[in-house]
Amino acid sequence: MTVTAETSRSPAPAVARRAKRSRLLPRVAPYLQAAPLTVTLLLFLLVPILTIVAVSFWDYDSVRIYPDFVLTNYVELLTSPVTWKTYLNTLKYAALAWAATLGIGFTVAYFLAFHIRSTTWQMVLFLLCTIPFWTSNIIRMISWIPFLGRNGLLNSGLISAGIIEHPLEFLLFSDFAVVLAFVHLYTLFMVVPIFNSMMRIDRSLVEAARDGGASGAQILWNVILPLTKPGIAIGSIFVVTLVMGDFITVRLMSGGQSASIGLMIANEISLLQYPAAAANATVLLAVVLIMVAAMLRVVDIRKEL
Amino acid sequence: MTDTRSGSKTIGGISRRTLLKGTAAVAGAAAGSGAITGFPTIWAQNIKNVTLRQFGTGVSNLNAVADKVKEDLGFTLQMTALDSDAVTQRAVTQPKSYDIADIEYWIGKKVFPAGVMQPMDVSKIKNFDKIVPIFVTGRLTPDGAIAQGTAPHTVGFVEGKDSTKFAKAPTQWMTLIPTIYNADTLGIRPDLVGRPVASWKDLLDPAFKGKASLLNIPSIGIMDAAMVCEAMGEVKYGDKGNMTKEEIDKTLRIMTEAKKSGQFRAFWKSFDESVNLMSSGEVVIQSMWSPAVAAVRAKGIACVYQPLKEGYRAWGGGLGIAKHLSGLELDVAYEYINWYLSGWVGAYLNRQGYYSAVPETAKQNMSEDEWGFWMEGKPAKADILSPEGKVMEKAGAVRDGGSFAERMGRVACWNAVMDEDRYMVRKWNEFIAA
Repeated sequence: MTVTAETSRSPAPAVARRAKRSRLLPRVAPYLQAAPLTVTLLLFLLVPILTIVAVSFWDYDSVRIYPDFVLTNYVELLTSPVTWKTYLNTLKYAALAWAATLGIGFTVAYFLAFHIRSTTWQMVLFLLCTIPFWTSNIIRMISWIPFLGRNGLLNSGLISAGIIEHPLEFLLFSDFAVVLAFVHLYTLFMVVPIFNSMMRIDRSLVEAARDGGASGAQILWNVILPLTKPGIAIGSIFVVTLVMGDFITVRLMSGGQSASIGLMIANEISLLQYPAAAANATVLLAVVLIMVAAMLRVVDIRKEL
Repeated sequence: MTDTRSGSKTIGGISRRTLLKGTAAVAGAAAGSGAITGFPTIWAQNIKNVTLRQFGTGVSNLNAVADKVKEDLGFTLQMTALDSDAVTQRAVTQPKSYDIADIEYWIGKKVFPAGVMQPMDVSKIKNFDKIVPIFVTGRLTPDGAIAQGTAPHTVGFVEGKDSTKFAKAPTQWMTLIPTIYNADTLGIRPDLVGRPVASWKDLLDPAFKGKASLLNIPSIGIMDAAMVCEAMGEVKYGDKGNMTKEEIDKTLRIMTEAKKSGQFRAFWKSFDESVNLMSSGEVVIQSMWSPAVAAVRAKGIACVYQPLKEGYRAWGGGLGIAKHLSGLELDVAYEYINWYLSGWVGAYLNRQGYYSAVPETAKQNMSEDEWGFWMEGKPAKADILSPEGKVMEKAGAVRDGGSFAERMGRVACWNAVMDEDRYMVRKWNEFIAA
């Protein structure tokens, strides 16, 4: 902007130069406009990631790390059966959490978008969904523990109601507890984008389908679902990446008995094994990027944004 | 506020400072750093402006100590509490971020060789002669046995002022001045176990299936696991604190089998987790720390720190000085350490169920009844109060495990870092992930 102002004030002999400049400027301007973001991303995203990748090739002992170029971190990581088991376990959590959040998220969004007629009520109920998210997620997680415990509210309730005789042990410190916490924590990430996609659906399409003789299920399957795909994709990306990188939910809800990749990295960091943690993080990043790329392959979210 | 407070204390402090000045002058001359000793008035003035940053595990990072040290000595002590992994990490990677490290001996074994700390001149430590011999010779009594593991005396001294090599025998240069230690065992819920518990192997008893827990800090957890396997007669160890790869494999194979069969309810990593597991009844037998047992009892729930026939797993911590400390700050650090051993803190720690490194001075700060209960295993004559004044034990109670000699004299193993540390950690993680 300043440049333009200056150019316009410059005297006649500078016309040739100005012409040259004005040809240059339109080409440069977009780059200049993008520069702040580029610099920010370079500094705070790319440089740290490259550092992590670089450190993943370093060597280490129990207290120090040594700049080097060794592949042992990757060899140890990829040849260990624990890694594979842990990835499998993490993927299992991701799949279960994804399926459950999708089911619940889609239902809630559908109810909000198509069954609540007044916009005011839609907003009120939507805000109601977000209320639990005003508390810290660790609090929301921990509050499950006294609820699900052996002598917790649920077990004592069931016992006094005469439904069960012995407390249900699988409720807490189990895979069930982990997935439950994930679903509780992340369903909103599914509700919001799906709700957003659904609100953009032209209601006349639904009417047209109904006039054409489609049943409710057919409308849902052939009209609403395809048009909601971008929202589902965005929600899925949120949920899957959050679950893949999580460590505290798994640790607290499994009672330290299950592993996830995030937990594995956290353990390595706590034992000063930074290069091993960096290698692990690099592999995790690659895996998550592949998963996101695959999701984007299935659904073109740009179409909707 | 600081000014009025320290101003009013100056009078009381004079004799003490003069005394210290004398000691410092002798020691300073010996060490060749006479800069401060020549200007005692400046020293007395300056100490008020000194702030020392201490960090360490939660056990002894007590605000009460920081308050009392401000009152007694006038300088400011900032404390940061972290878990033991984080402490190790920070001690090595950010040596400038602390002045005093309050660490355990096994952490010291990892940290000291990195050259981030300086050894302390024992001639400047007034009560050095009165320190419990476990920390000097490794034996509680002259004919006592030396326990396995990273026994404090093995990493307690270095060969010289600038050395990072641990000395075989006591020297003039001490790595950590011992401050706090204890003998750990299993905690049980006597109301829920339903039978007497007498051995470490009871942790894996099928009767407690789904009701046992182990702590998930590899270097400590592996020791509890080893105590269990040895008690079962399944594994024979050369040194539980320094296992061979085969011993590690065997130990963790047994633990993995137990885990797969559902023996464990959970693994805990922090103090509060162990308290909650126990008080909620999720777990009836588990590795535990003594203040956690006290915390469960404080809720009115029965919990016993059960002495076991194979003995205890002990740990000890001490204060170390960062390498970068010099001049006035270094002198203040020495004064602080001398103060630490002079009795008030010792009594405070004893009242929490830990042991102080210089029992003699701690005794002077405790009542006869307190001393009898905590140190001599005698029944309490009156209610036993915590340092904060809460009732910990009713009159008539006897400490679990008995007297100091009975407890510390039956240490089977110290918390340790092994030569096969990296291998052990990898295997431990496999066990947790299994």
